[in-house]
Amino acid sequence: MAKKTQKKLSAWDIVQIARHAERPNIADIIRLVCSDFVELHGDRLFGDDRGLIGGFATIGGEKVVLIGHRKGRGVDENIDANFGMASPEGYRKAMRLMRLAEKYGLPVVSFVDTPGAYPGSEAEARGQAEAIAHNLEFMSTLRAPMVIVICGEGGSGGALGIAVGDRILMLQNAVYSVISPEGCASILWRDGTKAPQAAETLKITAPSLKKLGIIDEIVPEPAGGAHTDPAAALAEIKKAVLANLAELKKISLDDLLQQRYEKFSAMGRF
Amino acid sequence: MSWFEKPAEAPASAPAETVWAVCPSCKAYIATKTWQDAGKVCPRCNYHARLSGRERIAVLTDAGSFKEFNSAIGVNDPLGFKDASGSYADKAKAAAAKTGAGEAVLTGTAKICKIEVVLAVMDFKFLGGSLGSGTGERILLAAEKAVALKRPLIIVSASGGARMHEGIVSLMQMAKTCAAIARLKEAGLPYISILTDPTTGGVSASYAMVGDLNIAEPKALIGFAGRRVIEQTIKQKLPDDFQTAEYTLSHGFLDHIVPRKELKNFVAKILRYAGF
Repeated sequence: MAKKTQKKLSAWDIVQIARHAERPNIADIIRLVCSDFVELHGDRLFGDDRGLIGGFATIGGEKVVLIGHRKGRGVDENIDANFGMASPEGYRKAMRLMRLAEKYGLPVVSFVDTPGAYPGSEAEARGQAEAIAHNLEFMSTLRAPMVIVICGEGGSGGALGIAVGDRILMLQNAVYSVISPEGCASILWRDGTKAPQAAETLKITAPSLKKLGIIDEIVPEPAGGAHTDPAAALAEIKKAVLANLAELKKISLDDLLQQRYEKFSAMGRF
Repeated sequence: MSWFEKPAEAPASAPAETVWAVCPSCKAYIATKTWQDAGKVCPRCNYHARLSGRERIAVLTDAGSFKEFNSAIGVNDPLGFKDASGSYADKAKAAAAKTGAGEAVLTGTAKICKIEVVLAVMDFKFLGGSLGSGTGERILLAAEKAVALKRPLIIVSASGGARMHEGIVSLMQMAKTCAAIARLKEAGLPYISILTDPTTGGVSASYAMVGDLNIAEPKALIGFAGRRVIEQTIKQKLPDDFQTAEYTLSHGFLDHIVPRKELKNFVAKILRYAGF
């Protein structure tokens, strides 16, 4: 696949790159994009989700509140991180940290990489739907500049639950979708093997989403994908985040909130 | 012969299906008029059958008070979506023909026990009540209208979730509708969310769960992920009451479960507490 040029990659090829086991994850971002990170644990209600983490971070001298899904590397880490599938306590922790950002006058930078919110019975019992819904409402009026980066998989409501903001960036080989291609294929084609076709039809790649007005900017990746040269990929992420933070800083919070409302209101208005 | 027993032979004067309705739950035969008058609640087993948008408006609002707006906002097909069973455009046309509506939600002003409200009522018969861009736009405009009129917003949800055929644009309707509701709340106006059977996926994970009050009808299915997906994930069978309104209430996510025949008066009472 790495030999194919970027232009020839199908949507399904890009899904494989987005899910690649060696794709830079939140730990790599913290290590290589941030000069400092203080993790803040817990939602103060039930527990500390390991599939969605956050804290104070410094990026290129800028102090921010960082939140992000956590995919692990290797089996043990992935089991600890629940493969990046956040539980209600993850979304509630994210909200708590975003509140701190507002209070301390810090911007929020959110890194999205999840197959989806955890579909388990405990997650249902503790209100997965309510946790995501409240974040959507809360993020729409949060008085802090917010930069969202779709890094790998943007899996449906589980991604959106930390992806409402002022600038939505997306890595060149990330995907962002209302449903996984496999899920869509099994429901609408009644055949899970039609996932490549569903991936194409759903328009889940960065160029398609830019055209649809869902994302603002595509962050370039090294040829073959971010995993082939993580340092280069992370340098691009850092550059893009800092440029967008600098732009957002120039806008008053009142104007920012109005623009954020208009941005999301306009989505799907044809 | 009691009302739920099927007669040996249907009266010859009319086709059987116009005289007898069958409860989808207990399979009792009920005189159609009794069934309709009860708002499609089974007098035998209390099963609350799904209502169309118009039927819901009839049981919830003062007769003739509903004035629809934005009915011209219809389905968009931003992806030009086609799957094995045909094009989304054709399915949307069929849904519109079946329901007589242009989208999966009807919005307008209405009176509930003489209290003026802005009302949005979803219709599960329209593509499973799925949240498309037209649905989201109608709901956003309803919330904005409530702010402009300084009236409470009532949304009755009935939806399987996001509308896959609109892909990511459908997902964004979750954020869009919640942004509008956040503004309504900032304006100090009440938002009552009524969750009916079923309210799941992207609708439960957006506007349906953020009411000042979340109320539901008995036994309504309410949840985020589908039962089958969860069973596959945890590799266990789930109890029968999983994701029912009763389960959701006991876990702290609903204020009340209200039988359909009491719903109108209950909503009016809450609105009076809210100062209307």
